[in-house]
Amino acid sequence: MRSIRLRNLTQKGAFSIMWLAAALSVGAMLLVVGYVFVQGLPQISPDFFTTPPRGGLSGEGGISSTIIATVYLVICTLVVATPLGVGAGIFLVEYADNFRSRAAIKLVSLARFGVETLAGVPSIIFGLFGYALFVTAMHFGFSILSAALAGACLVIPVIIRTTEEALKSVPQSYREASFAMGASRWETIWKVVLPSAVTGISTGLILSAGRIVSETAVFYVTLGGSYRTPTSIMSSGRTMALHVYYLAMETRAFDKAMATGAVLVVLIIIINLVINLISRRLSAGNGRRGA
Amino acid sequence: MKKKQGTDALMKYAFMASALVSLLIVVMIGVFTFKEALPAFRDIGPKALLTGTVWRPGQGEFGILAMIAGSGLVTLGAVILGVPLALGCAIFLSEIAPPAVRTFVRPSIELLAGIPSVVYGLFGMVVLVPFVRSLGVPGNTGFGLLSASMVLAVMILPTIASVSEYAIRSVPQSFREASLAVGATRWETLKRVVLPSARSGILSAIVLGLGRALGETIAMIMVIGNSVIIPAALNDNPLTIFLSRARTLTGNVAVEINYATGLHENALFATGVILFLLIMVMNSTARVLIGRKKWERRR
Amino acid sequence: MTEPRMRTRDYSLFYGDFRALNRVSIDVPVNRITAIIGPSGCGKSTFLRSFNRMNELIPGVRTEGSVMLDGEDIFAKDVVDLRKKIGMVFQRPNPFPKSIFENVAYGPRIHGTRDRTRLAAIVESSLKAAALWEEVRDDLGKSGLALSGGQQQRLCIARALAVEPEVILMDEPASALDPVATLKIEELMEQLKKDYTIVIVTHNMQQAARVSDFTAFMLTDEARAGNLIEFGPTKTLFTTPEDKRTEDYISGRFG
Repeated sequence: MRSIRLRNLTQKGAFSIMWLAAALSVGAMLLVVGYVFVQGLPQISPDFFTTPPRGGLSGEGGISSTIIATVYLVICTLVVATPLGVGAGIFLVEYADNFRSRAAIKLVSLARFGVETLAGVPSIIFGLFGYALFVTAMHFGFSILSAALAGACLVIPVIIRTTEEALKSVPQSYREASFAMGASRWETIWKVVLPSAVTGISTGLILSAGRIVSETAVFYVTLGGSYRTPTSIMSSGRTMALHVYYLAMETRAFDKAMATGAVLVVLIIIINLVINLISRRLSAGNGRRGA
Repeated sequence: MKKKQGTDALMKYAFMASALVSLLIVVMIGVFTFKEALPAFRDIGPKALLTGTVWRPGQGEFGILAMIAGSGLVTLGAVILGVPLALGCAIFLSEIAPPAVRTFVRPSIELLAGIPSVVYGLFGMVVLVPFVRSLGVPGNTGFGLLSASMVLAVMILPTIASVSEYAIRSVPQSFREASLAVGATRWETLKRVVLPSARSGILSAIVLGLGRALGETIAMIMVIGNSVIIPAALNDNPLTIFLSRARTLTGNVAVEINYATGLHENALFATGVILFLLIMVMNSTARVLIGRKKWERRR
Repeated sequence: MTEPRMRTRDYSLFYGDFRALNRVSIDVPVNRITAIIGPSGCGKSTFLRSFNRMNELIPGVRTEGSVMLDGEDIFAKDVVDLRKKIGMVFQRPNPFPKSIFENVAYGPRIHGTRDRTRLAAIVESSLKAAALWEEVRDDLGKSGLALSGGQQQRLCIARALAVEPEVILMDEPASALDPVATLKIEELMEQLKKDYTIVIVTHNMQQAARVSDFTAFMLTDEARAGNLIEFGPTKTLFTTPEDKRTEDYISGRFG
């Protein structure tokens, strides 16, 4: 008979190891974030945000042009990706299951396959593709346009997934009530379903914005590296993330890199918080609605 | 009424079109990358490409074996370091953590997932590389597989932890009750009933992590050294292979694509195609392992 | 009158501030079947689970009063040791996703038995005692989940028996089964009581009347706490109950 004391001791030991794993993971996070903050935040002043980088091999200056480039890029990417992503999401949830003809059903499953596969493509491939198609073949060159189109490919699956979830959580009874009053499917979607799902869809858009802000590989090969403020959609530029890369790899200005990195991390934390807040209000709202 | 039906049909097909755009993009990606890669497969040949040990585009040498080794070894290192941590976290969060601790640990791991790769790369350059360099051993510059593995391990940890946690939580509570009722301790229940039941889900998590590791580009470029050599041990100790510099498949593509032309460019696209296929295989495997329903519900 | 196997005195259970069980005192006699009956939600399952401290799985649970096994306070013992002595069979059969052999051998393995021959002997005798041996002897490697509902439940009983408990707790063991399987389980209980003390929770009064030697009737009060209303030999409780509420329940006036 194995003694109970031994078995309980084994449990204590095993559980301690799990505690250790969790502690190390949290520790890693604190180390990375903490280090970046400690090194980077002191460097930040209002000037930092309003001065452009000096360019060339000097790491001096601020990040104003990169902020503008980032915002510009996020907006352009979302302008392209949102209608496509939300539209696809609406299709997959509201229309896809209602087809009768064999051909249509096949088309639908192909569409789903497309979405699944797209979600699994590594980001560098999007970069390659963007380079081959937008930068080179279509002669857009290194520009916000090329980068936005490539970035759209990257975030469309995210928007589709969150749109699907948001639509699925709208109670079926809403749709049924609408149909019973004689509304068409499109009217129902536009007037009943979408308004309910708008919060969830927005979460997806915010998530995508965060993705674009953090992403480097895709834009590295489509945006070019110009440190100047982009003036049009055909301008080259660099996002904040790209700026960190160039600072670290080319100018070795690690202090400015840390500062920019710190700004990035703060942005991500804010985005995470916003999303969590929205999700929490969403689920609370849904609960109350049932009553 | 007619107008309503007209609008309805119009919208239906509009939405269908947007859904098909995803498919279109996938096809286009396939077509374009393959089209650019084709000359490489044709003129260099898959065998020379995949097994060639020399990558010197200027002299027409296009062997990517060194990069395959680099990607493979850094992923191995990341798995060795990251999987135990991730599994430990998953078990901790699902079975052991008191609720108060859980509300602190889980967001921390989510934050790990959100940190941009370039920031990981920066941290690696500034903190990890000097640390590894201080380990001595001639030839060790700090840049290399060890630094890169450490960074990559932390990057794939959230993925593996969250999918594993989901798999563990999916094990029915009735199994745990049956085990405890017969006199097993909580750990014995975990070890003998819960974890074996969650095995396929956990495997799926690890495979997903593998895919993520293989696809990482920027952080790798920043810490792995980017030397086009097949990693080898620096002295008698075989473990020092991890101190060797290396280059990943992803890094190869990213670093050279901006100035590559001709066959060189084709070879880089070929590398991209190989990567794409590899990661697709990983994702399909992961999906098969965990079963369709759970795949759709994972985070 | 021999010492009761289990005894509770003024036992109360709380979920946080909410009192779920109110000062229940009961003597569970040795080698008899004791049934706990009452309408849904009266706390009978919660009370049953108190005997092997399974309620501790729920966070925020607190108890008052005493529960004793053979005169010893169960809260003073190691819970793992306690659960070896008190086995449990659940409402929904819950065999492990393992082979029949591994299901039954699970308990003995945990408690230290390694020897393969010994394990095989235990598995055989437990399956025989659970009246399942003849049906599965040829394929012990088959998954426990591949059996029918009634067989699964007997497998769970065999699993519980394999660790040689003194008491077996059954929480509505036949409610998920068809009438034929139910009958088999009831016959099995009759056999088992020779060697074990059995406590069964059931919402089926006829089953309680058929099968048990002693019956406890529980009811919730205005504060929604479960109370023990009456306890006594089954024949007496069902024919000449002392409390009016017992009589009302038995004659079907409510519940």
